Amino acid sequence: MTKITFIDASGQSRTVDAEDGSTVMEAALKNSIPGIEAECGGACACATCHVYVDDAWVEKLGKAEQMEEDMLDFAFDVRPNSRLSCQIKVRAEIDGLTVSTPEKQG
Amino acid sequence: MLNYEGGGSLLLRLQGGKFAEDGSRAARPCCAMERDIMSEIIKTDVVIVGAGPTGLFAVFELGLLDIKAHLIDILPKPGGQCAELYPEKPIYDIPGFPMVTGQGLVDNLLQQIEPFAPTFHYNEMVEGLDVLGTPEAPAFRVRTDGGKVFEAKVVIVAAGGGSFQPKRPPVATIEAYEHKSVFYAVRKMEDFRDRTVLIVGGGDSALDWTLNLHPIAKRVILMHRRDDFRAAPHSVNAMRELVASKQMDLLIGQIAGLKGEDGQLSAVSVKTADGVSDIACDRLLPFFGLTMKLGPIADWGLNLHEQLVPVDTEKFETNAPGIFAIGDINTYPGKLKLILSGFHEAALAAQKAHRYIYPEKKLHFQYTTSSTNLQKKLGVA
Repeated sequence: MTKITFIDASGQSRTVDAEDGSTVMEAALKNSIPGIEAECGGACACATCHVYVDDAWVEKLGKAEQMEEDMLDFAFDVRPNSRLSCQIKVRAEIDGLTVSTPEKQG
Repeated sequence: MLNYEGGGSLLLRLQGGKFAEDGSRAARPCCAMERDIMSEIIKTDVVIVGAGPTGLFAVFELGLLDIKAHLIDILPKPGGQCAELYPEKPIYDIPGFPMVTGQGLVDNLLQQIEPFAPTFHYNEMVEGLDVLGTPEAPAFRVRTDGGKVFEAKVVIVAAGGGSFQPKRPPVATIEAYEHKSVFYAVRKMEDFRDRTVLIVGGGDSALDWTLNLHPIAKRVILMHRRDDFRAAPHSVNAMRELVASKQMDLLIGQIAGLKGEDGQLSAVSVKTADGVSDIACDRLLPFFGLTMKLGPIADWGLNLHEQLVPVDTEKFETNAPGIFAIGDINTYPGKLKLILSGFHEAALAAQKAHRYIYPEKKLHFQYTTSSTNLQKKLGVA
């Protein structure tokens, strides 16, 4: 199990166990993390699972692919560390990942 | 990539597989004329709100019972989320289809309901609902934002996740400017004549309107968060040529704030690599795609539970007799948001709808495999 921490817009932090091979979005939904809507269910088609990746983790996660960048155009308040959590695969190397959820999802 | 140019929208392109373009549903040059013609009341048995898979299949189940339906949808095409969010994605849990794409399912449903000749009203959002009848003999008047008025004995809400509406940019004060100097679609091009127009976005709507408003606007400025555009390459090239010949401006940045008075914009603060600065303009057109909101259904007096409409599991009727809710928009103990659940709900709702529409007739349950009567209706006997 890989630990992932979600910090909501009010600053409250929640750490969950995520299954390797799933996505950060799925881990959020499974644990009822507020602030992740995932309207499209992980098809990279809605930009409502938008998160800000903690600066320490931006490089380790790698760059968003073209499809994800295109979808990020539709996200609310996009920043350089913006990612769609449905496109971040959970794996041992990202144990301890911290992401923040935006004030709202679109 | 699926190009959609129909439905009276000249400038609408939807990208396959994407939560696509940019609130263009209101790009209806003919809308004022339509409104005048459509002020007469459309009378029908059932109004179905939402033309997604569940709404489409409801047409079939109603049709077998000789019930006529009109469908209203905010999108410019049928299929709801299947067509808008994941037209090319495979679906694996439709009974009898080991695999079918979102658009494939919609196409099959349209073929299946063709014998019942439903009437579709696209680009319309149902706004108001008035109760005309009684609980025993319900009747409703339904009004759309496009000015259409319907009278029906039964209303079936098959609105899925709600209506697709344009996303707002992250600026707190934007509502004060909306419909005055900030627009999410171009309804009348004349509103932009001799104006300085800031268009924000990188998709087809942003690029198409940049190119189309450029000849009539005083100046067009296009802004996008990155120097990479999703829009069709030929539009991007045309835009770059206009920029190169200094006929318009391109900015790489994001909206930071709005300046103006009484809803009239005078400048937009933009954040670029060089910092925050003000861009003088008097029109703003943000194209950030669509989101789903429950919308005006929330004001119909229906019981709601977490943005969903509670129904019984015998008839899928709401607390208001004659108003049914089927598919993703309803809730009941054990509800699963599956397309197949919506199909089942449509069939049961149709049975009760029959009692409201033909109170004097007794309904005999029949199978399409054996009933000549049903086969005649389907045009196969």
